[in-house]
Amino acid sequence: MRPLMVLLTCGMMAIACEGSGQSSPDLVHKMAPQFVRADLNGRRVGLKQYRGKVVLLNFWATWCASCQVELPRFNAWQKNYGADGLQVLTISMDDGDAPVRRTVRRLRLDVPVIMGDARLGEAYGGVLGLPVTFLIGRDGVVVAKLKGETDLESLETRMKELLKR
Amino acid sequence: MRRLSKCIVFLLFMGLASAGQAQFSNPASAPLSASTVPQDQLIQAAELVKLLRASGADRPVVFQVGSFVMFQQAHIPNSGFAGPTSQPSGLILLKKLAAPLKKDQPIVIYCGCCPWGRCPNIGPAYKQLRDLGFTNVKALYLANNFGDDWVGKGYPVERGE
Repeated sequence: MRPLMVLLTCGMMAIACEGSGQSSPDLVHKMAPQFVRADLNGRRVGLKQYRGKVVLLNFWATWCASCQVELPRFNAWQKNYGADGLQVLTISMDDGDAPVRRTVRRLRLDVPVIMGDARLGEAYGGVLGLPVTFLIGRDGVVVAKLKGETDLESLETRMKELLKR
Repeated sequence: MRRLSKCIVFLLFMGLASAGQAQFSNPASAPLSASTVPQDQLIQAAELVKLLRASGADRPVVFQVGSFVMFQQAHIPNSGFAGPTSQPSGLILLKKLAAPLKKDQPIVIYCGCCPWGRCPNIGPAYKQLRDLGFTNVKALYLANNFGDDWVGKGYPVERGE
């Protein structure tokens, strides 16, 4: 039975590790690049207006499978931690807004959704693979950049620590 | 009997694991996974860089089959935008761009939007080109994404349109 258990454990580990978020040093400890864009509802959203809050900035796309897993969690965090000073901002890197609107409806997202572009991607060090998530402190400094599907438990822990500051 | 029960447990586990992955990978629709491209039709980045320096018949036509926003940020020099092939509009564009090419023209497709197993664009693009009769199609294997596996390794890029 032991070889079978080893096989099962290896299989489970392989699945758990696949696509796990990688921390990247780009922009970390630097001021987050400013931007002002209209969200899907036409409301102007600028990073500056959230100074004093902890910002979770997530780049995603409708064709990114990992993004679809993360977005509902981020949306829930906004509800749970918004009163503590969290602001979730999401930036879609889709080429057009029609599929984005459908996904927003399907996932029932309440957080601001902004249509990204190459310029915004380049400002954030090049968004050349999704998802990418930035955790930005109350002072506007980037605390973490996470590439790929994030370990949501550790990100939540880290975010909660920032909210206490 | 014990051997049989082990087999059943193992098969059950593998079935559950693959079902979980499938659900994870297909949030809205079910595009063909990049994993459907045969292993011997993959090309590694270093090999493609050598081919791009070649001239004449060996030099492949290269298509980026991912999103335009990503193409604008960085793409392989002289590659054409022909995506996103997870969507009908991308497949139409790829078909149009491939139409003038000879069926034995070496073609390389790449995306790098997501980790290889989760890329929704490579599989449909490869299938479309094969279905159109192209006999020399390779897919650039990018394990993580274009940023890490091409740009980050210092391979040549162009920006803009």
